[in-house]
Amino acid sequence: MVYHFNFSAVWASFDLLLYGLGLGFILALVANTIGVGLGLILAFLSISPNRIYRLIGTSYVTFIRNTPILVIILTVYFALPQIGIGLGKIESFIVSLAVYAAAYLAEVFRAGLLSVPKGLHEAGMSVGLSRRQIKFNIILPLMFRNVLPSLSNNLISLFKDTSLAAAIAVPELTFYARKINVETFRVVETWMVASVLYVLACYLIASVLRRLEKTFALPV
Amino acid sequence: MEPILFFNELLGSYGLILKGILMTVKISVQAIIYGTAAGLIIGIILEYGYPPLRYLFRFYVDFIRGIPVLVQILAAYYILSVIGIQLSTLGAGILALSIFCSSHVAEITRGALQAIPKGQIEAAKSISLTFRKTVIYVLLPQALRQMLPTWVNTATEIVKASTLLSIIGVTELLMTIQQLISRTFLSLEFYFLVGFIYFLINFTIERIGKGIEAKVTIA
Repeated sequence: MVYHFNFSAVWASFDLLLYGLGLGFILALVANTIGVGLGLILAFLSISPNRIYRLIGTSYVTFIRNTPILVIILTVYFALPQIGIGLGKIESFIVSLAVYAAAYLAEVFRAGLLSVPKGLHEAGMSVGLSRRQIKFNIILPLMFRNVLPSLSNNLISLFKDTSLAAAIAVPELTFYARKINVETFRVVETWMVASVLYVLACYLIASVLRRLEKTFALPV
Repeated sequence: MEPILFFNELLGSYGLILKGILMTVKISVQAIIYGTAAGLIIGIILEYGYPPLRYLFRFYVDFIRGIPVLVQILAAYYILSVIGIQLSTLGAGILALSIFCSSHVAEITRGALQAIPKGQIEAAKSISLTFRKTVIYVLLPQALRQMLPTWVNTATEIVKASTLLSIIGVTELLMTIQQLISRTFLSLEFYFLVGFIYFLINFTIERIGKGIEAKVTIA
């Protein structure tokens, strides 16, 4: 069977696809930012000497990491209004993505915190820094520079997860691709263009992030 | 929250839910088996293949890893029927998940092979093993041990990604639950239940993985 390519229908709505791509990236960025904050708290909880804090941290991470993100998205969007927490499409998607990201980032940060040598903590104490100062001026900056590669991998995978926003009709790239697909029936072209856009976007994000990693990497 | 109503519904429909779980397991197991088999071969090619073949699969892996799974599933579902390949919705979904799985397994296989010291291959050559024998008796046993934890992670990813098949209309666990919700309107209870079931499935996989890991690790 011969398939005749005709991209005109896809080009006609190309701006929509680009708009969707941009929205996806913004969603990922916002969710990532919230997730970093939440993940940091969870990481500190899961290495705390207090058993109950540790239990809270680790059980959050284990539970969320083993639950499909689609289930989280649907729960936040469709089920939470039942107990009075009604969020808009975009807000609820950002919340779900941030909750999901936090679990992964917590693992990254936990490993990062443990990788900071203990001697630095002791050095901080010996020059009379408070525990807060040690945390914010010594441990955290070092940890962040250590975990940058994992952070950027996480951002890229979050960006790909924004495609799931189509399930609750957030107008991002996958949503528009589906729309063009069912409206014009240029099936192969639509999905080819959408896939290439995703790959290019991921590649672009990855190369920018690698640059940043190099700039901020710890000198060896 | 309507606990009594919910338990009544649960008693009435647990057969359906079990069927959904079985479907999810069936999809995931197939995707993991096909994906792992393909991924191992691709991983070996990525590390030891001739350049043209290597570049081809490098492109394949990078391209697939750059596309969200949902897009792969939708693309497989819509494109296959248009270009004349007759596959059921389920078949298209499993195919997409297998492709996704293969790219990830290929990458971890390559990583594991790369981590094997060069001396191992030289030793194999010096006792005149053929390349095939080197792979089977020297490289794979070491690589498989190395990649086991990451592979278990990939397996849980596949179970989680199998929920996306509900979007193209495969009645796996999530779809079954959604149907129950549209009948009973008990969305909160059922979504929490389904989240918990997925957690249990993945947690079991992780435990089994840890068990195997403890058995095969050479101290």
